[in-house]
Amino acid sequence: MFGFSSAQWKVFLLLVALIIVSPYVLYPIFLMRVLCMALFACAFNLMVGYVGLLSFGHAAFFGMGGYVAAWTIKFWHVDAVVAIILGGLTGAVLGLCLGYLAIRRSGIYFAMITLALAQMVYFFCLEVPFTGGEDGIQQVPRGHLFGVINLNDDMAMYWVVAVVFIGGFLLIHRIIHSPFGQVLKAIRENEPRATSLGYRTDDYKLIAFILSSMLSGLAGGTKAIVFGIATLTDVHYSTSGEVVLTTLLGGLGTVFGPLVGATVVTAMENYLAQFGSWVTVTQGAIFVICVLAFRRGIVGEIGAALKLGL
Amino acid sequence: MLMIFGVPAPLLFGQLLLGLINGAFYAMLSLGLAVIFGMLNIINFAHGALFMMGAFAAWMLLAYGGIGYFPALIIAPLIIGAFGILLERTLIYRMYKLDHLYGLLLTFGLALVIEGLFRNYYGSSGLPYQIPQVLEGATNLGFMFLPIYRAWVVAAALVVCFATWAILEKTPLGATLRAATENAPLVQAFGVDVPRVITLTFGGGVALAAFAGVLAAPIYSVNPNMGDNFINTVFAVVVIGGMGSILGAILTGFGLGVIEGLTKVFWPQASATVVFVVMVIVLLTMPRGLFGKRA
Repeated sequence: MFGFSSAQWKVFLLLVALIIVSPYVLYPIFLMRVLCMALFACAFNLMVGYVGLLSFGHAAFFGMGGYVAAWTIKFWHVDAVVAIILGGLTGAVLGLCLGYLAIRRSGIYFAMITLALAQMVYFFCLEVPFTGGEDGIQQVPRGHLFGVINLNDDMAMYWVVAVVFIGGFLLIHRIIHSPFGQVLKAIRENEPRATSLGYRTDDYKLIAFILSSMLSGLAGGTKAIVFGIATLTDVHYSTSGEVVLTTLLGGLGTVFGPLVGATVVTAMENYLAQFGSWVTVTQGAIFVICVLAFRRGIVGEIGAALKLGL
Repeated sequence: MLMIFGVPAPLLFGQLLLGLINGAFYAMLSLGLAVIFGMLNIINFAHGALFMMGAFAAWMLLAYGGIGYFPALIIAPLIIGAFGILLERTLIYRMYKLDHLYGLLLTFGLALVIEGLFRNYYGSSGLPYQIPQVLEGATNLGFMFLPIYRAWVVAAALVVCFATWAILEKTPLGATLRAATENAPLVQAFGVDVPRVITLTFGGGVALAAFAGVLAAPIYSVNPNMGDNFINTVFAVVVIGGMGSILGAILTGFGLGVIEGLTKVFWPQASATVVFVVMVIVLLTMPRGLFGKRA
């Protein structure tokens, strides 16, 4: 029903098993960070891997989703689930506005336009009072899920994040393997031809962009609730760069690549955090090495070696 | 005091001058980007980092070598331009046969490495660089005080921009370059060493960024993030102007700087976003940019 191949089913079941087992072995906070980044990267991958448009402004959706989720849960005292959904909706609305402008151009212009528009969102967040400016929105309570389950327990929070991630992951997979997704791939391969077959390619691109930004907002909202804070870092363009790196390292256009990339990048940031700017240097070096030596990414290379589409 | 549109004249002219200075940097950086893009079909995301390296080169020449501002204005672009040529010959040339996006990703990675390294060794607080003695002080124009260094920056930028334009549009070398941009295989068939032209173009574009960096050193503090602050706006400038025309890049750069300066007078909060707003309007009305060529 989700369009997985048999190999992908096996890997997916393995993945679910890993998600269930890992919090008993690893630090749940770290895992939640990985899952939020992974969902963000999956959403980004929907654009770059399947529509062929590289957005350099996805931090805008991730960060704004975080702000709205944090704000609504702190000041309106909404349920965590509602806050996460509102984060996703924020991403979608912002994606509609930015996407409407950005899809007018393609290739590197698309990258530059999304970067510039996201920069505009960043300056907006810096100025308006609701984001708290440099301080951000701090001490966001996690609250109780459906008014019952106490989310201040990290394990309870972890299951919520896991469900959000798996839900988003399956949704993306469903989208890619729907007739709509096939049209997206056709646009990526040969846009004039898709146009000549009667598809309004701009509409398809815009819808894909909105879906991608919605899921980015969802990921941002979830992250803000997990860490109880929404700051300017998440709307800054370095976050956009990070999601590009995550997806490139894992494998552009692969199903499991973004998750692998998110695990590696988050782990690296964790261990290198004490070395200050070496994180940036390492990230840059990984970019260079990926582009020069293995453009298919980790999962892409493994898939090519095993002759499987992962 | 003279008032214009309800604003004191010195304030208005002061911001206008600041706008012109920012515009001068936008123009020089977007010019370099456009020249590089024309030849290499690559958007150089490392342009901001190379601009920053230019400023640091000037600072190092003074701190370690005792070499002053005016020699640095020549030497720093030469050093950084050579560094750019090294980058092109070792890494960037591998991108020519690939999708354009890989060039963007590679140069973005290079920018991260360069900025990260500088931040490690020099911190991010910034280093001071003195204005050279002959350019210190200000002169009273009657309606405002004009700091001499700022006037010098605008003048130097204008000269360099129009020299670049003249070289590209009015000399045989420029004609070869433009021909190679249009149709590289044909130019190569005429006996021009096109790969060398490409390398030198990249070096030239980088040198231009470094020159801008040296000019910027006494105005902004020399710090690893100084390119970062500029480059995002410069990308918007490039989108607005379109990358088809050299003169277009210069005009758009200066024009947007002035618009930004004026916004600072009348609505300070919006000054950071006004360039992006202009970009949105341009995208809605003429998606190819003001001076863009038809595809």
